[in-house]
Amino acid sequence: MSVFLQMRGITKTFPGVKALDRVNLSVAKGEIHALVGENGAGKSTLMKILSGVYPAGSYEGEIHYDGALAQFRDISDSEDQGIIIIHQELALVPLLSIAENVFLGNECARHGVIDWQATNKRTEELLKKVGLKEAPTTLVDKLGVGKQQLIEIAKALSKKVRLLILDEPTAALSESDSQALLNLLLELKQQGVTSIIISHKLNEVRRVADTVTVIRDGTTVSTLDARREAISEDAIVRDMVGRDMAHRYPERQRRAGDMLLEVSDWNVWHPEHAERQVIKSANLTVRAGEVVGIAGLMGAGRTELAMSLFGQSYGRNISGNVRIRGKTVDVSRVDRAIDAGLAYVTEDRKSLGLILEETIQRNVTLANLEGVSSGGVLNENEETQVSEKYRQAMNIRTPSVFQKVMNLSGGNQQKVVLSKWLFAEPEVLILDEPTRGIDVGAKFEIYGIINELSEQGKGVLMISSEMPELLGMCDRIYVMNEGALVGELSAGEASQERIMSLIVTE
Amino acid sequence: MALAESQDSAEQKGIGKYLLANLREYGLLFALIAIMVFFQIVTGGTLLRPVNITNLLLQNSYIIIMALGMLIVIVSGNIDLSVGSVMGFIGALAAVMIVNHEINWLVTIVVCLAVGGLIGMAQGYWVAYWKIPSFIVTLAGMLVFRGLSLWLLEGQSVGPFPKEFQTIANGFVPDIFPAAIGESLTSVFDARKVNVLALLTGLAAAALVVWGGLHNRARNRAYGVEDEPFGFFVLRISIISAALVFIMFKLSTFRGLPNVLITMGVLTIIYAFLTERTVIGRRIYALGGNHKAAKLSGIKTERLTFLAFLNMGILAAAAGLVFAARLNTATPKAGFALELDVIAAVFIGGASMSGGVGKIVGAVVGAFLMGVLNNGMSIMGIGIDYQQMIKGLVLLAAVIFDVYNKSKQG
Repeated sequence: MSVFLQMRGITKTFPGVKALDRVNLSVAKGEIHALVGENGAGKSTLMKILSGVYPAGSYEGEIHYDGALAQFRDISDSEDQGIIIIHQELALVPLLSIAENVFLGNECARHGVIDWQATNKRTEELLKKVGLKEAPTTLVDKLGVGKQQLIEIAKALSKKVRLLILDEPTAALSESDSQALLNLLLELKQQGVTSIIISHKLNEVRRVADTVTVIRDGTTVSTLDARREAISEDAIVRDMVGRDMAHRYPERQRRAGDMLLEVSDWNVWHPEHAERQVIKSANLTVRAGEVVGIAGLMGAGRTELAMSLFGQSYGRNISGNVRIRGKTVDVSRVDRAIDAGLAYVTEDRKSLGLILEETIQRNVTLANLEGVSSGGVLNENEETQVSEKYRQAMNIRTPSVFQKVMNLSGGNQQKVVLSKWLFAEPEVLILDEPTRGIDVGAKFEIYGIINELSEQGKGVLMISSEMPELLGMCDRIYVMNEGALVGELSAGEASQERIMSLIVTE
Repeated sequence: MALAESQDSAEQKGIGKYLLANLREYGLLFALIAIMVFFQIVTGGTLLRPVNITNLLLQNSYIIIMALGMLIVIVSGNIDLSVGSVMGFIGALAAVMIVNHEINWLVTIVVCLAVGGLIGMAQGYWVAYWKIPSFIVTLAGMLVFRGLSLWLLEGQSVGPFPKEFQTIANGFVPDIFPAAIGESLTSVFDARKVNVLALLTGLAAAALVVWGGLHNRARNRAYGVEDEPFGFFVLRISIISAALVFIMFKLSTFRGLPNVLITMGVLTIIYAFLTERTVIGRRIYALGGNHKAAKLSGIKTERLTFLAFLNMGILAAAAGLVFAARLNTATPKAGFALELDVIAAVFIGGASMSGGVGKIVGAVVGAFLMGVLNNGMSIMGIGIDYQQMIKGLVLLAAVIFDVYNKSKQG
């Protein structure tokens, strides 16, 4: 088995963060190589280096591809060499036909004039290869996600692919679509295509992969060869999560009080694809003073659950019951949810949480302008006092509350979002990835704020993709997978292995 | 000694930084002054003659009234292309009601404002609740209401209006003070006559500007907010108050305060207060700044958008009444392409195309800037061809200045 691709000692640093630290990856010709690891472990960064998104020179280490040293300047450079990457978010243009999409950027044209006969004919051949019977002129819009994924592969084939990289290809697919895709991968392997597949679904990995490389915290942990010995899912999970948990989380008096939030039989359907149920009959509770976590992989439906609870900001045909302190409350609109005592700190603070052009002061008071006004007229003095109070309490590092939010660091921005919601005086705070993209010091401060909230008797529902964070902070953890809460673990019984195994064993 | 020096240099650095951060607001004010001085010189003093100042106010009144509404629409992240047509349509409606059907002019005014509100609601409904881009909805509105005024007037001009109606635009506030005071002042100011009310209004307005400025400064100091350097403050406040007194003095030596000036002034103060000091105003800025974040903060974004258009409709109707009263006739062409002047005024005044940024005072100054350009160039006898080109370039320059400024602050 000859080595087709070898990435040696790849190190990539972003300002302040070492995303990859001497990662090695070796892929043999004609195999299916699985790359697994937690969210944020560095898988995508590694693939971006391989495909030239991060050009040669922006990282350390060497890439040997097909026997030669490769130094890709950009994506088209790597595509010319037959390396095609298919991202999790599909890059198809919905209102163009299949044929137009397949040959987008690579048109069968002569002097800029497209030869439609050739385009359609070649598309038809490619579609046959990936097992689709659609006409090349069908609009991509009309196809389901599974078929769109196959179109992406057809597009890759049109470019004479030699190394196919798939990032979470089955994340959005149904069971049968996933099977079809995996079968196609095995077929392509017969035809000599080498592929790298990034996946969280370990059963699928076991089914198709010849080799598995586990990445954790930006380093290669292990490489397992399925052809030599059967790989157990347990072994992979252990390698994925096995890091030490030092005292990165401040201590808290844990005491759960009265029942605060009860959600029962919560169902949500996708806003555009009416047939897809995103949240499946979820039941959860949060007590006063409790920090409750929701663990799960990307796409498990955690954000969707939170946003649908918060004034139906996501989804449609929402059904279910929400009670706060035993009383059924109306959460059908954001202002009603806020009145009922809910607050939602978004995972995407820049586009959903803040008005970047505005000052700290104006962001802090936004969700509770009534609190700084009388008869609809703002009292700016009071507004300044309030925001100043939060600036000090939260330790937002800025000379004054009249700074524009866009000039703050991620950690300080997050503190502004938290201030905004604390000023709205909620009973239950839903924190969606509260420490995403902020540095270690600020993380510790945010944990401190969360602890303080719980000591004040507020309920906290915390969504996080960082399992150590959940384990370090939560009294109880729900595990979510494919829209359903598949397990509930108390702080005592929870471990990364148990959470992972709840996710991967469906 | 050394300490004093270092303080001095720190202050200077502060002034430079402050000027850079507030270049836009000062720039606009100074541009207006520079343009006025320029035209005052090249027109040999005609620009600032009392009769011409009165004219300037009357000519631009309807633009300014609409700019108030347009600013809110643009800050909310939308645009309204229909205001010129709506204005024309309301003028036509007023003419048909008063002239053809002899309906009482007061009743007509109420009906016209209500119809303007309905038009705003009709357009706002599609924009707010159906998420149809405002550009398209109001482009359609522009055609529809242009057509409606043609239909209503049957292609003819309708007029004249009764005297009472005309006074909306062309009337003056009578001097409430005894004529003797005015006469005694004529010798002091060496003028033919002096309207005491106008003069006092000017002084009162100037006093208000000074008081407001000082109050704001005191508040800033109390909360430790970085303030405008004192020299700048004095300069800015004295220019504004001197200008107010000067203009009012000029007006007082002619026919006094135009009714329209009162309408404009009152509306400007109301809308400045509404946008800067009220909850609903703040929410409109939030909506335009980031509508998703606003929505997730519990703000009813749809209703706010709807209200912005409703308000625009009423103001366009008010402008239509003023315009018709001023011309003393309603013509099918009334208000043609006027929406562009209104939008230009708002952008020159510093509003951002993407929403969330802009001030009422900026829009009013922007409108005056365009008005002075129009007026000055007309007095100079510059042809309409050059006028259009110059106005276009001024708009472009103002916006380029904005973008450049923003990238500088980065």
